[in-house]
Amino acid sequence: MGFEKFGHKSYTALTKVAGFVDRLVQGELFATRCSGCGRIYFPPRADCAGCLGSAMQWEKIPEKGKLVSFTRVNYAPAGFEADVPYTLALVDFGEVKVFGRLGSTVAEDEIKVGMELKPLVVTLPDGQLTYEFVLGNHKA
Amino acid sequence: MNKDVAIIGVGQTAFVRSYPGAVREMVFEAFAEAVRDAGITPREIGASLVCSAPEYDKQRSPAGMVAEYLGLNPQPTFVLENICASGTTGVRVAYSLIKAGLHDIVAVIGFQKMSELSSAESQERMGRGADIMWEAPFGTMMPAYYAMHARAHFAKYGTTEEDLALVRVKASRYGALNDRAVFRKEVTKEQCLSAGVVASPLKVYDCCANADGASCLILANAVRAKEISEKPVWILGLGAASASMNLTGRDSLEGLEVTRLAAREAYQMAGLSPRDIDVAEVHDCFTIAELLAYEDLGFAEPGKGTDLLRAGETQIGGRIPVNVDGGLLSKGHPIGATGGSQVRTIVLQLRGEAGPMQVPGAEVGLVQNIGGVGIYSNVIILGR
Ligand SMILES: [Zn+2]
Repeated sequence: MGFEKFGHKSYTALTKVAGFVDRLVQGELFATRCSGCGRIYFPPRADCAGCLGSAMQWEKIPEKGKLVSFTRVNYAPAGFEADVPYTLALVDFGEVKVFGRLGSTVAEDEIKVGMELKPLVVTLPDGQLTYEFVLGNHKA
Repeated sequence: MNKDVAIIGVGQTAFVRSYPGAVREMVFEAFAEAVRDAGITPREIGASLVCSAPEYDKQRSPAGMVAEYLGLNPQPTFVLENICASGTTGVRVAYSLIKAGLHDIVAVIGFQKMSELSSAESQERMGRGADIMWEAPFGTMMPAYYAMHARAHFAKYGTTEEDLALVRVKASRYGALNDRAVFRKEVTKEQCLSAGVVASPLKVYDCCANADGASCLILANAVRAKEISEKPVWILGLGAASASMNLTGRDSLEGLEVTRLAAREAYQMAGLSPRDIDVAEVHDCFTIAELLAYEDLGFAEPGKGTDLLRAGETQIGGRIPVNVDGGLLSKGHPIGATGGSQVRTIVLQLRGEAGPMQVPGAEVGLVQNIGGVGIYSNVIILGR
């Protein structure tokens, strides 16, 4: 599937890591790990800046992450007006950090830096695929 | 101490909501002021560097248009772009052209006419100044990124929304004195705290205003500078660095590593330390950015920037006055013109020509100019 399917609004159609979207379809969030030197990358990459190799393997993002920081956005850039308010977040999964949105099931007053979150793949009403971060005990 | 390249002329338009003329005419204003200030003729300028963020420009390759209108043909000209740090990247490149002996005198011209886009369009373009594959699809914009830095600083060091308000209150006090500033009203802490939230914890007054404006700096080698100028201001130190565009590549959000690296290089080149700086212009596109700069530039230990702020040490009369021209917050932030305007402020300070904003006896000044959310950083140390 093409990479234009990723996100609320995609700016990129062609990429060598479009397999990321196929994995979202399966409900899973993946990073890539370099087969040559072992470096792990999120966002996923087709090429390793460490050893200049291009042999990459897909690796699943762990289930447990910690919230590094967040912001609740009340004013959106062009194209996202219908989404406000939404919460952007950076989550640390140990070897990699992941940037995205918090799920609307996480209540505003319980959001705290350091809280435990897990990734959840979601299909948007228009068919676009994305992921968000939800509480560890979230049931789909 | 390095006294090889000096700034001999500075100019800037007033920064305004909407400039009543074309880009070329706006640029002419800043250029004419700088050339007159230097006391040279355009013919003496060996090359022009045009600093602008092209996503705002309708004119493709604006260097050609600018050089023609300013009478700078047939000398070489080109565009430099580092988003908001474009202007000081211009200084860095001009310095190298002069030091390499390719040109004796170089003009660094910065501009942006942001009023041609709506605020949402402009945020969308700025949002695409972050990773378009992996961040922009979530609906990112500059305030949101800096808000995440602020939230991280709050969580680690106990910084509060009141601290951020103090930054804006200070900026507005000096902005009111600056006849080139777009925002000339004083605001109170209460006004700041009760304003609408843009991206939590940042509220309306935590964000700088888009503006139209142009700036121009004339740089010369030591021989020409001494011939031409009675008060040359020397470039004592330069530092520059880059960092991961995507936030996932940053080790921490409580500061900007890119500024720490650029500052270390600039201090080292100048043979100076943070204690030697008498006045500074830092990139306060958002209030939190000024606090981070205190710490990243070594004016305060990590987490202690708020002490400096609360004690009034960054006001005129304090230990290290910062952004006493109103900063980006009150002066306005026409992307490509900003770095040149920051440098102009420090040049006027070191010449003793800053009027009501003058820091008495300032001898060494520092400029910190950031591109994007800590993607690029330039630090420049200037001295008499
Ligand atoms: Zn590798």
